[in-house]
Amino acid sequence: MTSEERKEVLRLERRKYVIGASAALIIVIYLIRLLFLQLGSDDYQAKADSNALMKQVKFPARGAITDRHGRLLVYNQPAYDIMVVMKEQEGVDTLRLCEALGITPEWYSRRMDEVRDRRRNPGYSRNTQQLFMGQLSAEEFSRFQEKIFLFPGFYVQRRSIRQYTGPIAAHILGDVGEVNPQDIENDDYYRPGDYIGKLGVERSYEKQLRGEKGVEILLRDVQGRIKGHYRNGEYDRMPRPGKNLTLSIDSALQALGERLMRGKLGSIVAIEPATGEVLCMVSSPTYDPRDMVGRQRGQMHRRLNIDPMKPLLNRSIMGQYPPGSTFKTSQALTFLQEGIFTPETAMPCSRGFHFRGLTVGCHGHASPSALLPSIATSCNAYFCWGLYYMFQNRKKYPTVQAAMTRWKDHMVAMGFGYPLGIDLPGEKRGMIPNADYYDKAYRGSWNGLTVISISIGQGEVNLTPLQIANLGATIANRGWYITPHVVKAVQGESPDTAYTTRHHTMVERRHYEKVVEGMRRAVTGGTCRSADTPMYEVCGKTGTAQNKGHDHSAFMGFAPKDNPQIAIAVYVENGGWGATFGVPIGALMMEQYINGELSETSLEKARSIEEKTINYPDIR
Amino acid sequence: MPQNTPSILRRLDWFTVLIYMALMALGWVSVCGASYDPDLQLSVLDMSTRPGMQVVWIGTSLLLGLILLGINERVWTTFGVAIYLLFMVLLFVTPFLARETKGSLSWIKIGSFSIQPAEFAKFATALCAASCISRRGFSMRNKRDFLLSCAIILLPMALIVKQKETGSALVYLSLFLMLYREGLSGSILLTAVSAVSIFVVGVKFSLTPIEHIALGDLGTLCVCLIIQAFTLAFVHSYTPRPRPTGRMLAATAGALLAGYALVRWLLPMVSLNVVATGVVAATVLYLIYMAIRRWMWHYVFIAIFAMGGLSLHAGANYVLNNIMEPHQQTRIRVFLGMEDDPLGKGYNVNQAKIAIGSGGLKGKGFKNGTQTKLKYVPEQDTDFIFCTVGEEQGFLGCATVLMLFLTLILRLIHLAERQSDRFARVYGYCVLSIFLFHVFINVGMVLGLTPVIGIPLPFFSYGGSSLWGFTILLFIFLRMDTARERLT
Repeated sequence: MTSEERKEVLRLERRKYVIGASAALIIVIYLIRLLFLQLGSDDYQAKADSNALMKQVKFPARGAITDRHGRLLVYNQPAYDIMVVMKEQEGVDTLRLCEALGITPEWYSRRMDEVRDRRRNPGYSRNTQQLFMGQLSAEEFSRFQEKIFLFPGFYVQRRSIRQYTGPIAAHILGDVGEVNPQDIENDDYYRPGDYIGKLGVERSYEKQLRGEKGVEILLRDVQGRIKGHYRNGEYDRMPRPGKNLTLSIDSALQALGERLMRGKLGSIVAIEPATGEVLCMVSSPTYDPRDMVGRQRGQMHRRLNIDPMKPLLNRSIMGQYPPGSTFKTSQALTFLQEGIFTPETAMPCSRGFHFRGLTVGCHGHASPSALLPSIATSCNAYFCWGLYYMFQNRKKYPTVQAAMTRWKDHMVAMGFGYPLGIDLPGEKRGMIPNADYYDKAYRGSWNGLTVISISIGQGEVNLTPLQIANLGATIANRGWYITPHVVKAVQGESPDTAYTTRHHTMVERRHYEKVVEGMRRAVTGGTCRSADTPMYEVCGKTGTAQNKGHDHSAFMGFAPKDNPQIAIAVYVENGGWGATFGVPIGALMMEQYINGELSETSLEKARSIEEKTINYPDIR
Repeated sequence: MPQNTPSILRRLDWFTVLIYMALMALGWVSVCGASYDPDLQLSVLDMSTRPGMQVVWIGTSLLLGLILLGINERVWTTFGVAIYLLFMVLLFVTPFLARETKGSLSWIKIGSFSIQPAEFAKFATALCAASCISRRGFSMRNKRDFLLSCAIILLPMALIVKQKETGSALVYLSLFLMLYREGLSGSILLTAVSAVSIFVVGVKFSLTPIEHIALGDLGTLCVCLIIQAFTLAFVHSYTPRPRPTGRMLAATAGALLAGYALVRWLLPMVSLNVVATGVVAATVLYLIYMAIRRWMWHYVFIAIFAMGGLSLHAGANYVLNNIMEPHQQTRIRVFLGMEDDPLGKGYNVNQAKIAIGSGGLKGKGFKNGTQTKLKYVPEQDTDFIFCTVGEEQGFLGCATVLMLFLTLILRLIHLAERQSDRFARVYGYCVLSIFLFHVFINVGMVLGLTPVIGIPLPFFSYGGSSLWGFTILLFIFLRMDTARERLT
């Protein structure tokens, strides 16, 4: 090591003093700071005693919900939560408290244990308010209010609970309940004890309806007594109320639909074709939304949950049914577009489709029959031949799989096979089989005949009532639809483009005109005759869907024929022929919506339908 | 040649181990105090409580320390670089495996436990830096060597910033203190430190008036004093003799006193800031004069430093007040602990000061703190644990803890310096630099002196990852120390 290097090493070694001195300097500065903080003045001691801050959450009012005509459906009513601060409530006369709140001493001690249990109440602290009893009504509260001075440590927090103007539309409106741990984890906004939309639009529009919580920052002393607002409320934030919703539902139509479906299982969905707005969405059986508020919600929910009729199921979007003959309209459109048939092509029908030992039965009618009479009389043979010829056509489609894929693409473009995207939670997709599905099911060896029943809406095909109604709206529009939705407007928000965009099918308008003619003829001289009325031109199609039990009765239609105002699907489980329940219910609904009321004879008809109940032996 | 265990224990630096244990014990008492809940009649050893879990972390840490003492130091010299690379890969993949917790992507869940790889990457980085610097022929004057050692430090920083853990990333900056010991020019370090302090102090106190004394704000005054102090330090350390330091010091003191008297009694409408800025400006002119007279660049550089300091101060305030959006301004102010934001981080600092201040000389006694108990102080047993010490143990408790930390750091300097091997010395300086930085930032934050950066107080804050991380850092070094004569 040269002397130069040794000097350098020594020079660097001296740096240990610099480093050590810096560390010492930092510690000395901190000690001086501590001296000032801790011994300098009593300021901080005083602040610690008095300037403890407490955050008090202010809850916003949830948005109100009205129907399309502005009639109020859901609003808020004040309710009161009783809060307890454990540290302050010692020495309270519990018997008097129980008496004032109308509870038993057993309930009281059980509840107190629950509040203290950190496993169930993770945010527990002796010093802060804990929920003791939720959602007291105004009367219950006023009884307690008189005596509250006797019970130190007990506080009242004002909340609001949902109130409904009528017993209708439970599935659409949904309800509100306490958040579960999952909700809290997913969204920072929620704290234990908060409310959240659980079903229906209350859930799908939760963000708009809930508003934004506010906060008050209060000063309190070491005993927890409130001394006023911190900095005169400079940091307080007022809650922002939730936005109001206007539904596209017509509440009179909804109420009539629910009446007509009484005693039957099934669904009615009506859509305004030009806008995709859902006019009514009936699912039967239903329940009274007014039963699902307040403290009895949990109990009521459990009861509905175990009911074998499944009243909580929204059949309009969750029920997946064979569409039966209503589906034939979609087949006619496909065959015309694909050039399998022209409107004039007639097919033989000798009480059914008979080919290579396969038979699909039909009822007696004139034969051979072309497009219009085939739709009007709902001829099975015509549509079986159509599918057979399409799947057989090797000039157009190299394989049966290619034909199947083309067919499936048409169905998907019409809105089948996937959720439509309605603004309600839980929508099901229905079922449209594809080539893969049959390749697996039949190990690759299948043809048009194997799957012939899909042409008449049986077999593997399943649709939701909403999809059937949307088919009606698409035909009414002659080839396009707007995604159905139940909320017409959110206060202060521009419409969602998802609900203003037209979706076009793969079929040309001229083919739709032919199918409309066929549906018109079904009303004037076919299966839907009872829906005919001189007031406006109704177009319709019945459906009688075979299944394990008695046939399902279905109807799909729209009116008036030109400038349609309403498209509708009626589906009555095990209701028999389409004409038995589907057609008359559909006719009454259209009359109610277009005329705004029912005529005398229609009222009579409505009453008799309302009184008819269907026996469901399979469901206990 | 395997060494037998008793001889290691005999050669172990028990003094350091004692301080280590004392800090952990005091930390555990503070965690007990912070999470004590009169409602729960649970034993402090109950595993469902924080103190109970902390006992587990302390126990496992002691075990870990014992294991590390048994690992031959040559493992680290041989595999240091490999361990470093392994950890860099782990840090890189962490954000992809992590589930976001409180906006950070640094925790990996393994079974029911979560670990934070960033806490363990420190020792790996220290090992790698030690390997790099202890190579034959390494010199900080060599540009390639210097850049390589910087890169070793900056790589984990970048990876940890990607995990949105800026606080943990900043810790790596402390390794520049080690680089300083190993030959990094002091002027670089001094310039960096002064730039940060000019920025922080200048902005933080820009709105605090110098009450009762004169017009002006505390920020500008402090910045001028800092610049003047650093300038004098530069002149003293980096100019060849004869140095004008003494003259300059006297002139500065005289000018400040005279200026103060002037604004106090004769010209009360003139701000004291003008006087302070004038002193710095005069110094700059004098330095330029010296540069010309002695025909030396040194003075020019120092003059540039002083002017740069003033412009940085002016620029920082201008950018903050005139260019930044209001919400960005708020974030900076909250970060510097200026904003009295009762809902955010500023609230924590404010409550922390109240909690500490209310402790007085002797404190309120174990488990008697009200501020920390009522959950007014958030993170009361992790990043803000020093509050509990302040409130429950008072000034005496705080002073004890701070003195223990200072003793630990000075002891580690001593241990590092007695290593015959450069690898061990560099590693030792890494360890003490990291400890010093944690104490500096964490306690400073709680006292409202440094920016709000959430990093734990070594051996005190609740949590397994950090305790294990610090234990690993320390015990690898202690093992190296037992072998100080053999390692060459």
